[in-house]
Amino acid sequence: MKKTFWNRKRRENAAGWLFIGPEVFGMLLLSVFPLGFSLALSFADWNLVGGVSSIRFVGWDNFIGLWEDDRFLKALRNNVLFTAATVPGVIVIALAMAAVIHARLYFQSYFKIAFFVPYICSTVAIAAVWSALFHPSKGPVNQILIQLGVTDPPKWLVDTSYALVAVMIIYVWQLIGYKIIIFIAGLSNIPNELYEAASIDGAGTMGQFWHVTLPLLGPTTFFLTITSIISSFKVFDIIKFLTNGGPNDASTVIVYQIYEEGFQRFNMGYASAMSWVLFLMIVLVTSVTWIVQNRKVHD
Amino acid sequence: MSGKWEWSKVAATAVFGLISVCFLIPLLWMVSAASKIESEVWTFPIRWIPKTWNFMNNFQEVWLGKVPFTIFYANSIKIAVMTTAATILFSSMAGYAFAKIRFAGRHAVFGLLLSLMMIPEQATLVPRYILIRWLGLYDTHEALVLLMMFSIYFTFLFRQFIAGIHNDYLEAAQIDGAGYFRTYWQIVVPLSKPIFATVAIIKFIWTWNDYQTPLIFLVSRQLFPIPLGIQYFKEEFATSIAVMMMASLSAIVPLLALFLVLQRHVIRGISLGGVKG
Repeated sequence: MKKTFWNRKRRENAAGWLFIGPEVFGMLLLSVFPLGFSLALSFADWNLVGGVSSIRFVGWDNFIGLWEDDRFLKALRNNVLFTAATVPGVIVIALAMAAVIHARLYFQSYFKIAFFVPYICSTVAIAAVWSALFHPSKGPVNQILIQLGVTDPPKWLVDTSYALVAVMIIYVWQLIGYKIIIFIAGLSNIPNELYEAASIDGAGTMGQFWHVTLPLLGPTTFFLTITSIISSFKVFDIIKFLTNGGPNDASTVIVYQIYEEGFQRFNMGYASAMSWVLFLMIVLVTSVTWIVQNRKVHD
Repeated sequence: MSGKWEWSKVAATAVFGLISVCFLIPLLWMVSAASKIESEVWTFPIRWIPKTWNFMNNFQEVWLGKVPFTIFYANSIKIAVMTTAATILFSSMAGYAFAKIRFAGRHAVFGLLLSLMMIPEQATLVPRYILIRWLGLYDTHEALVLLMMFSIYFTFLFRQFIAGIHNDYLEAAQIDGAGYFRTYWQIVVPLSKPIFATVAIIKFIWTWNDYQTPLIFLVSRQLFPIPLGIQYFKEEFATSIAVMMMASLSAIVPLLALFLVLQRHVIRGISLGGVKG
């Protein structure tokens, strides 16, 4: 064959880059460029309404401002509370339920579907239903609480002490099925022989769970922990739809603050600084979880 | 079912059956309230079967009222179909290249893409908003499709699946003189049908339910997809819970039906994401 410019190697390279081209272009345009752009903006004061000419560089002012912004600090605190309340406990419950569904029940596919249904539903539609259930005077939740003898039940979404709790309940209810499905998938990957070997060694149900199931579910638990922490940092839909961060900022979170600063007040620089705090928190959490996990594996 | 019923399993199933029903009570309440007249919505103890059926009136209010749900529906279908089609095309092409084409730089690019998964989309909302305005796409469906159609996660799923296709098939095609595009189209795509189905249904659901992107990038009511439509209903019908519940029911039912038909694909796709470790 005649040697041409388009030899086999060159053709292979060209084809590879053509095939990944759109995806790579999309990521550069919508992920890499915006991340750099928002870093630059976070050192600037810019109200979008004023046009490009009104960009003014202000050094660290935005970040210093965040540190002194009570609403942002409240949002930060709420995010931490939200993660602490919705991640560890829910993972334990989801694991327990997955273990029971996987090993001890008939009609397993029914249970998988039943607990997964809320995950399929539109968050906004679900939030609308829960806001009726949580109605302070007429809602079924409080009617039941009164029936049970609670004289002064919380006002939930309009209660400064309970708004965030109400959001957490809706959030956990919608997402627990996802965790159950992932755990069941992890459980089905554990070979049966291991359980047989353990039971020959005299391990009971609990012993098998502690010595076979839990260690082998390590990677699954790790994956779920990281993704759950990250998604709890990003909670927004329920809050925007039901409380707008209120009452009195009781349920505000970082993403809600970004939304308000960026898209209602058009303070692009300040909103970008918040975005970078969020991004760095996620990088930090991911790295820490990663390091802890690797250490555990090596022990 | 072969073998004897085990007592402990029967008991556990019964207990979990009860738990699952309690778990689904909010949805049952929604269906019940959507069939009632407003004054009956709040009766306590909860009257699950309405005394006065008002399902049709609520239905008409939602579907044929001042701003009919049909518009939101048409918008949602358009956005979800276009986004899903673009996602499966670009993600599968990239997945094929990463799995089967040995081009220079593939490991580096793939690693870089995976690390980009850590960037939360909320952290880049501001610059993407500015970008969309610069491109003149603000308040268009095209903006939503552009913003949602690229997915590293699905590229990864495609790559994992396509890597499992035996090289003999691809080599046979190349001996027959097929180039990369024909190999992709005539060999890879047909052999990857299961993963195409899985990605398509999951992407469709996620796009259908997305609230944040349209909230920020759309302002015209006639362009709203369903989640924004529900928000609009909430503002218009704040006092009519029965109508609100009908709107929620209308948003959920078609997707739920789709899910029940294709649940095997959905659950497998969700599981694939979690056990890659």
